[in-house]
Amino acid sequence: MRVPPKVTQAIAVALFGGATVLTLAVLVFVIVFVLGKGLPVVSLDFLLQSPREMGKAGGIFPTLVGTFLLPLVAVAIAFPLGVGTSVYLTEYTVESRMTGVIRFGTDCLAGIPSIIFGLFGYIFFVEILQMGWCILSGGLTLAIMVLPTIIRTSEEAIKAVPTSYREVSFSLGATRWETVLKVVLPTALPGIVTGVMLSIGRSIGETAAVIFTAGASLRLPDSLFDSVRTMAVHFYILAREGISIENAYGTAAILIIAVLLVNAVSYGLMNRFIARRTK
Amino acid sequence: MSDPVQISVRNLSVYYGKQHVLRGITLDIPSRHVLGIIGPAGSGKTAFLRTLNRLNDLNPDSRMEGKILMGETEITHSDCDVVSLRKRVGMVFALPVPLPLSIYDNLAYGPRLSGIRKRFQLDEIVERSLKAAVLWEEVKDRLQTSAFRLSGGQQQRLCLARVLAMEPEVVLLDEPCSGLDPISTARIEEALMTLKATHTIVLVTNNTKQAARVADTTAFFLMGELIEVGPTSRLFVAPTDSRTNEYISGRFG
Repeated sequence: MRVPPKVTQAIAVALFGGATVLTLAVLVFVIVFVLGKGLPVVSLDFLLQSPREMGKAGGIFPTLVGTFLLPLVAVAIAFPLGVGTSVYLTEYTVESRMTGVIRFGTDCLAGIPSIIFGLFGYIFFVEILQMGWCILSGGLTLAIMVLPTIIRTSEEAIKAVPTSYREVSFSLGATRWETVLKVVLPTALPGIVTGVMLSIGRSIGETAAVIFTAGASLRLPDSLFDSVRTMAVHFYILAREGISIENAYGTAAILIIAVLLVNAVSYGLMNRFIARRTK
Repeated sequence: MSDPVQISVRNLSVYYGKQHVLRGITLDIPSRHVLGIIGPAGSGKTAFLRTLNRLNDLNPDSRMEGKILMGETEITHSDCDVVSLRKRVGMVFALPVPLPLSIYDNLAYGPRLSGIRKRFQLDEIVERSLKAAVLWEEVKDRLQTSAFRLSGGQQQRLCLARVLAMEPEVVLLDEPCSGLDPISTARIEEALMTLKATHTIVLVTNNTKQAARVADTTAFFLMGELIEVGPTSRLFVAPTDSRTNEYISGRFG
């Protein structure tokens, strides 16, 4: 017996609609729950004061600084390397066994759990290179961690640039480099920015890779060679050691707001860029 | 503007991978002359055009035999400076491809690559090229808007203007009117008639009537071979090869 199309349609709507609603509901619940528990603790003093008694009292200012600096260092290192690699893979080589191996390698790198990166960063940067727990060690480790994301998103964005744009550029007497710089990269920029945004998000929320490499100092850093604690690490320590659950939620609330802000600002910038190029 | 040059093609063969797309083409294109190339799809017209500015180089599977002389330069030679060759030989593609920039920046793209930076020089080039492509009157008040905002016919004239802004000696056109309405086609042809006084033009077209209207000499390509080439007035009235006759009288293709 055949099921009437109207019924299958109704079932499909119920299934897919239900999945969407459920997903959104979980997301909204998490955000509302954390903000509800965290926001009552948040005040200007909470944001701008240093922690006292290991974070039981006082604010989270040094961890804000750490959360700002670590992803900044990571992206500053990973962005040129990652975009450079993707430009090389898409524009300067032909598809071969070699590019296949590089691509497979980056995909594997993307699948490695962050604690492995933390361990590697600890052994290589902190111990072997004697850099100690510091912003630079953490930033470098995070950079390695987010490189695959930046490479693959940039690569997809660059591949999506129509071949005809390149042909036009070449036919107008541009070199490959001029074509990449003036046509390919600007056109691929929105996609590249998406990769960077994802990377910043991952870096901000990272604990395992950071705690082994940047340490967990609560002092304000003076240089890139000082240890810092990020909000994510602070939250982890406060909750794990039972120092202050209230302040842990306060930190978590600020963390969520920070990630939302990063996303909102980069979307805004990107849309302005697109509008300027196609107005 | 430098003098346009004569192009001599000698025994040119092109391969895409294992595919033999051009077979021993020998052909002369006098300067200040319009060569029309007609032939059915897959006859090698576009492949031929793309050897003249070495755009086939972008395809790593392509291979070329034989010789093309452009003036004194052997452009098929491996030492040939391809970038400066492409500045001498402009190309308009079958579909209009504006770059995602303003009308002005599209026009200034080529000149800027050649190192022209001064605003007044660029302004002058933009205006002159747009006028030569019969587009100036329609866009002069909105040069800073995106080239995507133009209609298809206008975009194709923009592409022609963009080529002219480089002051090339040779202009290659690959079925430039295939997607255009009759009025836009007439505008492009109008521009070509003026251009041939100063440029050497190679026009690939699917439209035999267009070749008859614009070209001084017409060549008929079939399956990668040059079947026949001769003055347009003669070729369309008294073709010497029966295949040419069948094609232009519309029996195939």
